[in-house]
Amino acid sequence: MRLTRTAALALATALTAGPALADLNFPSLSYRTGPYASGGVPFADGYADYFTLLNERDGGIGGEKAVVTECETAYDTTRGVECYEQLRGGQPLVLQPMSTGITYQLIPRMTEDKLPLLTVGYGRTSAADGATFPWVFNFPATYWDGASVAIKYLLDESGGSLEGKKIALVYHNSAYGKEPIRTLEKLSEKYGFTLTTIPVDSPGQEQKSQWLQIRRERPDFVLMWGWGVMNSVAVSEAASIGFPMDHFIGIWWSGAEPDVLPAGAGADGYKALAFTGVGDHYKFYDDLRQYVTDAGKGAGDGSSVGTVQYNRGIFAAMLAAESAKKAQALAGHANITPEEMRDGMEALSLDAAALEALGMTGFSPEIAVTCQNHRSAGKGMMTQWNAAEKKWVVLTDFIEPDNDVIWPLVEEDAAAFRAESGTVQRECPAG
Amino acid sequence: MLYREAGDFKTSYAADEQTFPIRFDRNAFYVLVAVAFLLVPFVINNYWSNAVLLPFLIWSIAAIGLNILTGYCGQVSLGTGGFMAVGAFGAFKLMTAFPDLNIVFVVVLAGFITALVGMAFGLPSLRIKGFYLAVATLASQFFLVWLFNKVPWFMNNSATGHINAPVRTVFGQAVTGAAATPAAKYLFCLAILVALALVAKNLTRGRIGRSWMAIRDMDIAAEIIGVSPLRAKISAFAVSSFFIGVAGALYFTVYFGAVEVTDAFGIRVSFLVLFMVIIGGLGSILGSFLGAGFMVLLPILLKNVMVGGLGWPTDLAAHVELLVVGLLIMVFLIVEPHGLAQLWRLTKEKLRLWPFPH
Repeated sequence: MRLTRTAALALATALTAGPALADLNFPSLSYRTGPYASGGVPFADGYADYFTLLNERDGGIGGEKAVVTECETAYDTTRGVECYEQLRGGQPLVLQPMSTGITYQLIPRMTEDKLPLLTVGYGRTSAADGATFPWVFNFPATYWDGASVAIKYLLDESGGSLEGKKIALVYHNSAYGKEPIRTLEKLSEKYGFTLTTIPVDSPGQEQKSQWLQIRRERPDFVLMWGWGVMNSVAVSEAASIGFPMDHFIGIWWSGAEPDVLPAGAGADGYKALAFTGVGDHYKFYDDLRQYVTDAGKGAGDGSSVGTVQYNRGIFAAMLAAESAKKAQALAGHANITPEEMRDGMEALSLDAAALEALGMTGFSPEIAVTCQNHRSAGKGMMTQWNAAEKKWVVLTDFIEPDNDVIWPLVEEDAAAFRAESGTVQRECPAG
Repeated sequence: MLYREAGDFKTSYAADEQTFPIRFDRNAFYVLVAVAFLLVPFVINNYWSNAVLLPFLIWSIAAIGLNILTGYCGQVSLGTGGFMAVGAFGAFKLMTAFPDLNIVFVVVLAGFITALVGMAFGLPSLRIKGFYLAVATLASQFFLVWLFNKVPWFMNNSATGHINAPVRTVFGQAVTGAAATPAAKYLFCLAILVALALVAKNLTRGRIGRSWMAIRDMDIAAEIIGVSPLRAKISAFAVSSFFIGVAGALYFTVYFGAVEVTDAFGIRVSFLVLFMVIIGGLGSILGSFLGAGFMVLLPILLKNVMVGGLGWPTDLAAHVELLVVGLLIMVFLIVEPHGLAQLWRLTKEKLRLWPFPH
């Protein structure tokens, strides 16, 4: 009994403690533990460091300090829900769960609570239909864009035709990994390649049988939708069966340093999509070093600075911060509410000049969000791993996806969601 | 002195055979139920409902279910996650096929569907025992999850494998979906839990429960005195699966609202419920509650104390939490192998004598 009473007391105190309401609240649903920590730690560090940079250099956003409180999800849906229930009381301006499973939990909850949700390069693809999902944003690109960009790249590589080619998809057997299948099926009809789908059960440490199948069927190209330990195992397995690595393409979540380093020289030539630039030579890194990492204010130990996932964290934080600036301009005051933040996200527009001002030219694609389109342009680029120099190299410019294939699919899936949940599309201004 | 049964006289058979024969227990039970139904709904907020109490109530139902099978009938099962998935997908198919069906019936019918599936997977228990049966039920876990992941019909052709629970109401109050109030969700699950727990308590005190326990203690002797192993084992599988199916249905419809089978009902779930039952106490309904509380509430409590109270970094807190929970499990199993329910029994013995220990 005494134990339960102390427990209740401790819980009650824990619940009342929250960030001061005057600050801009950007909670981070991070995962620094569990099987997916290799991607979660650098992302969370980048996310926190960018807000630290804004606080140190600019005194916050529009004069208001940005506060990042972390909640550990371990990529686990139950913990993610628990974190959300805890964070929602503090009126978070935007949540970025970094997990497709948690995203599906949060979409109905945050729509009900009127809090904006931003999923950068993951989550529910059909949330791109802003008229159906007013509170959910998935710019700059979705999985279906990724699938389309990869196929477009392969078209270029194969001299403009994929007729009769065999493409295999190795995917994480979860909502995340299944996302691109429908798009790839459509694209296979359009371009005449045959598609084989090969699931890998989470977390994906054991893939011998999948790669045996690939060895037997000899597909021309292998695409991969993997995450965490599954990536490095797949790259090692591909290297060990002697699959040509430059015919093996991962989605952006399968293209970071921890995914390829374990395979050593065998991973050389492995390709992956990306929606952010790689490396730490961009102009904003000068300020980041001066104000954050060299000043000893970094969230992590500094070892991940400049890696792929760290850059993604920076990028995700930049999108949130720029949306907040936009929202402040629209609202006319600095202390914005989540609803004003949503309007800011919907009006977010980053052109070449804006990116130049941020020091992010070439790092970030141009972004233009509208009421109808919550995913912006959906562009991605191809990167390749250089094992000798231990770094990723950008191969292409930003490639545009096949919008005439993707957008009808988005509308179809959004319509299915409306029928299922009994919601209606809101009116969007034309244009 | 504090806890006593002396002077508690019964003058009728009915009084002697009631669920809680000791007055102190009975009053404590009434007070607890009254607080849970009449007080908690008015003070509950979203966090307490969605993150703390709902999982506790739902896992308690699952733990009672597995306790019937493993604790009372002695059949080890590692198929809990698969059976919960049957309950969840059964509820989903019923909700989408019959939109007018009340959610109460959906949950109960999902339980019956799971009971049928459980009986089918219980058949091997007639031939194999112990570890071998555990492996057979493990097969059911993997088969069922694979089935729901593989066949699009079960998820109404959802592209991602996610199933979503539509909004359903009880007495005009939404209990599923994001718009449901915390109190409505909580009361709905609590009512089902209390009803099922009373059923379980009384089943285990009656003829059926005694036949389960006879099979558990020595199946050959039980058969010789006339207990049919077929009926006892299959009925244990049926009742247990019914409870687990109801838990799975509530887990999907009320608690999460959207699940994906590999994520929500993996082998992890089977072990989690088995740990609840072992730590709480095999063969005890109270133990099921204590075990569920230990496994569900303790990590949340530790997290809130370490991150919210002490301000530790989240990753350190998560690692310490794993350490502490694991250590406590070991300590409990070494110090008290019969689980938390046995600790309560010992406490009662001590309280009977207190303050005169001799």
